Amino acid sequence: MAGHHHDHDHDHGQGEDGHAHAAPPSPLAQRVKALEALLVAKKLVDPASLDALIDTYEHKVGPRNGARVVARAWTDPAYKARLLEDATAAIAEFGFTGRQGEDMVVVENTPRVHNLVVCTLCSCYPWPVLGLPPVWYKSAPYRSRAVLDPRGVLAEFGTEVADDVEVRVWDSTAELRYLVLPERPPGTEAMGEEELADLVTRDSMIGVTRARTPVRGEPA
Amino acid sequence: MNGAHDMGGMHGMGPIDTDPDDPLFHAEWERRAFAVTLALGFHGRWNIDTSRHARENRPPPEYLGSSYYELWFKAAEKLALDTGLITAEELATGVPRTVSDTPPPDPERVAAILRKGSSARLPDTVPPRFKAGERVLVRDITTPRHTRVPRYCRGRVGTIDRDHGVYIFPDTHAHGEGTKPQHCYSVRFTGRTLWGDAARENDAVLVDLWDDYLEPAP
Repeated sequence: MAGHHHDHDHDHGQGEDGHAHAAPPSPLAQRVKALEALLVAKKLVDPASLDALIDTYEHKVGPRNGARVVARAWTDPAYKARLLEDATAAIAEFGFTGRQGEDMVVVENTPRVHNLVVCTLCSCYPWPVLGLPPVWYKSAPYRSRAVLDPRGVLAEFGTEVADDVEVRVWDSTAELRYLVLPERPPGTEAMGEEELADLVTRDSMIGVTRARTPVRGEPA
Repeated sequence: MNGAHDMGGMHGMGPIDTDPDDPLFHAEWERRAFAVTLALGFHGRWNIDTSRHARENRPPPEYLGSSYYELWFKAAEKLALDTGLITAEELATGVPRTVSDTPPPDPERVAAILRKGSSARLPDTVPPRFKAGERVLVRDITTPRHTRVPRYCRGRVGTIDRDHGVYIFPDTHAHGEGTKPQHCYSVRFTGRTLWGDAARENDAVLVDLWDDYLEPAP
């Protein structure tokens, strides 16, 4: 299935990164290599730039960015108001800007509403705050069912939503990129921004799960 | 287009692999395909709508049988050929016939390009056709060309939730026919409107849709 590595189990044993289970059919890996070599020879791409691109999204830009935004919104009501009013500008206050996050929308989870984000047509996802999307987000099972059976999808992630809570699914078919502001977990009143950010997971900002509840400090 | 990419509402795609530790890339070639696709895009020979169309414009069996970065790679290769960045002969032999005389962006310029991004938002010079709270009917658009109307909401009535402002219109932009500036809205559909009794009464789907996709609800 598109974007789902388990369908490529029929590997030919040439996994270049040691993950034999994920190895593609050999001809494709060779085609990618051949195109890259040609583009470098034609001076159309800079190999150092390719490495920098990969490094950026594998190591530098990721859900820690979004977690900082969420933690700020949990602790600073004025910031939260700005975030919900003009998410692009409020997120840019952290310096998180640019590609696939040019125009941001933040939607807030409340005791009445649970938000969930999908792109049924492709893989639209807010790179500056979450990094590149996980494989499941791009996969057919998620894209097909998030709009049709959101509660079933949430259950697969272990997330129960009460019957009287509205589930609101945002299909990001245009150039707006959505981030879910999860509910602040109970028992976190004494926590500072940094500690709170550790409770904010990637999946909770897509809306398939909630933010983590701290192990200690559970409400009585 | 009515392609296999338009997946909203399909049955039978199986369970979701929810493993939170699943890596972003599963092989070195996926990393390279991702980076090559982005780096080629920096030449400005095509836009995001062109490249989306190139990925989606595959026979459904091929689309469904390809992994995500396989689709990216094939589209990048095709766009490079179609726009003359490379020739078929060069691709077949691996031997360059010509060499670019404009240097590609170095890592620092790449970082700056990524930070800046490229917004599809346009100056607010076009009036909106609809306002928040208004009921709209999604036109029943069937076209072999690029479009961003998911099949599941065509012909359905929704409510304008919010107006995002003026944006590039992908249906023309993907085919080199200009940006056709117009408002883009979040349109809210009740689950029941889209899926009948299969949906819960208090659930909703909000879809970003452009003016040209909409008409006043009867």
